[in-house]
Amino acid sequence: MKSRWLILVLIVLAIALPWFFYDWGHHRHAGFLLSMLSQMGMMVILALSYNMLLGQAGLFSLCHATFFGIGGYAAIHLLNAAGTGDLPFPMEVMPLLAGLAGLALAILFGAMATKQRATAFAMITLGIGELMATAALMFHHFFGGEGGVTTNRMIENSLFGLTYSSGLQVYYLILAWTTLAAVLMYYLTLTPLGRMANATRDNFERAQFIGYDPRIVRFLQFALSGFFAGIGGGLYAITYEIVTFDALAAPLSANALLMAYIGGTTVFGGPILGAILITLLQSGVSLLSNSWLVYVGVMFIAMVIFAPTGLAGIVKAHGPIKHAGRMGSLLVPYLRLVIPSLGLLLGFIGLVELMSFLTIGAAQGKKLVLFGGSIDVNATLPWAISLGSFLLGGLWLRFEAAGFHRVWENLSAEVRR
Amino acid sequence: MTALSLRDVRKNFGATEIIRGVTLDIAPGERHCIIGPNGAGKTTCFNLISGRFPITSGEILLNGERIDTMPPHKINRMGLSRSFQITSIFQRMSVFENLRCALLWSRSYRYSFWSPLWRQKALNEAAEVLLEDLNLTARRDILAGLLSYAEQRALEIGMTIAGGASVVLLDEPTAGMSNTETDYAMALIRRVTHGKTLLMVEHDMKVVFDLADTITVLVYGQVIASGSPVDVRANRAVQEAYLGALEE
Ligand SMILES: Nc1ncnc2c1ncn2[C@@H]1O[C@H](COP(=O)(O)OP(=O)(O)OP(=O)(O)O)[C@@H](O)[C@H]1O
Ligand SMILES: [Mg+2]
Repeated sequence: MKSRWLILVLIVLAIALPWFFYDWGHHRHAGFLLSMLSQMGMMVILALSYNMLLGQAGLFSLCHATFFGIGGYAAIHLLNAAGTGDLPFPMEVMPLLAGLAGLALAILFGAMATKQRATAFAMITLGIGELMATAALMFHHFFGGEGGVTTNRMIENSLFGLTYSSGLQVYYLILAWTTLAAVLMYYLTLTPLGRMANATRDNFERAQFIGYDPRIVRFLQFALSGFFAGIGGGLYAITYEIVTFDALAAPLSANALLMAYIGGTTVFGGPILGAILITLLQSGVSLLSNSWLVYVGVMFIAMVIFAPTGLAGIVKAHGPIKHAGRMGSLLVPYLRLVIPSLGLLLGFIGLVELMSFLTIGAAQGKKLVLFGGSIDVNATLPWAISLGSFLLGGLWLRFEAAGFHRVWENLSAEVRR
Repeated sequence: MTALSLRDVRKNFGATEIIRGVTLDIAPGERHCIIGPNGAGKTTCFNLISGRFPITSGEILLNGERIDTMPPHKINRMGLSRSFQITSIFQRMSVFENLRCALLWSRSYRYSFWSPLWRQKALNEAAEVLLEDLNLTARRDILAGLLSYAEQRALEIGMTIAGGASVVLLDEPTAGMSNTETDYAMALIRRVTHGKTLLMVEHDMKVVFDLADTITVLVYGQVIASGSPVDVRANRAVQEAYLGALEE
């Protein structure tokens, strides 16, 4: 019940957000914000559709971007056809057609991959991803080689008479499709196929002895997840009006995995969180720092080790304690984690940035600027402060974390009774 | 016609023959127990009948139809269902979901990705009734993996009979249970397999002689005796090979 409110708030916020940053003086929307929000929408679809495999069906796929990408390329060609008047479809259904392209390819590759289990499945999907990336560079007619393919999204065919000349219109189209796709994916989890996907994830063999062919369950789940990824790719094509090899290559597949995992694969909404967070890091932190990928990587590793259920899993773990009205007892233990965590974090960031400016930054002739003053990366002091903060914060956090763990365990045991 | 027939069934694992020519006929509605020492091949027999492993030679018939080349899900759809000696459930799904999944195929939902489960009234009611039957109503929304051992065994039985199979194979359903738990489980088994053909592997002789219409004794992959409890108890070969050792 509460999560429904949360979703409603999220949607309203997504609609309203561009207007908070509207530049009334120049009658302009904040372009940076709009493109970031648009990117979030596509990534939410990508991450959610990836979780149909990883979280819901236990399928560790390494080629999810393939279906996103093919949706993108298909949309470019469809838009070009629509632009010349050869294709009588309005803009609003283009993402659906892109989804069908994703579906078709996922049917083809799914038939090969889903016969295999576990490692063999992962290997085959890795192969598929590489195959498609190579194909994208080889077949120029469809993929346009390294330069990719381009289009003009102003096809003058819209159900609502929109031109899509402004970023805001495109963003609202993305928002509508993201919401629709998320609702459909959620609906799927409540159908026989969705439940049997969970069942084959938990116990592949047992599913056979209640009458299901688990390979067909996986195949259908795989195909449908390709459909949704294709929708995301279609939105990508509409937004950027260009699709290159990046839209289907391995780094984007890895990103899908990262977003779903960091957000949490055990809760439906987890990947939404992950997609928003990673996109924020990508567009926000990447402006501030060369090393943003280092931070994403370290965060991923830390999640795998300390919080394998992801952000949403952490929130969910508080459920019983909150239910018992004992959240207050966690306040002080949490506060005690703040200072050592900050120490560890700032120390780590300091070290990474110093390192980065010592090498890459120097090559680019940049200077590390902090608190308005520039910092000499060759001096000892900044290094010593960062290292000290990192080590002290780390040790202190270890100590506090042990205490927190005790409190948590006691509280959980108490609540269970 | 027999409900289930094995004709000279053999099974090799590598060079060793584990099932060495088993022939067995089970009449519809019969309660048939298989007993035998550890490693005799009882579970292997179940694996062959249910299609988990292919047989090396012989024939297996379910209601007169050959099933020995079919995959497990097809055999299940023909009305044969089995439980596992080592509990095999959907650990990260709730107890209710486990049972509902086990009901799906027999209620012809197949691979539907359009029917919303929350609106399938008959299906949901059947799952609730099953929960009640298994005495698991209070544990409805708990993850199956968090149930106690005896509760998991009950769920295992529930999932096996959920689909309404006419032939039910239970592999040591009471193993590892306390006396009261065993009594409870046996009452449950009697109730839920009423009117069905039951083939059960069991080590507890009290349970076996209480329940069975027919007992088959399997030793080293061969049937050394098969008949009514009275006949089997009186059988010299059985006493020497098995019962004697057990009862002393
Ligand atoms: N997949 C397999 N591969 C190789 N050997 C196997 C396999 N499955 C079973 N066996 C062997 O077959 C023999 C019979 O095993 P099975 O599990 O059928 O015995 P059982 O009668 O069920 O025994 P228990 O009472 O201990 O459950 C054993 O020697 C076992 O090691
Ligand atoms: Mg056994």
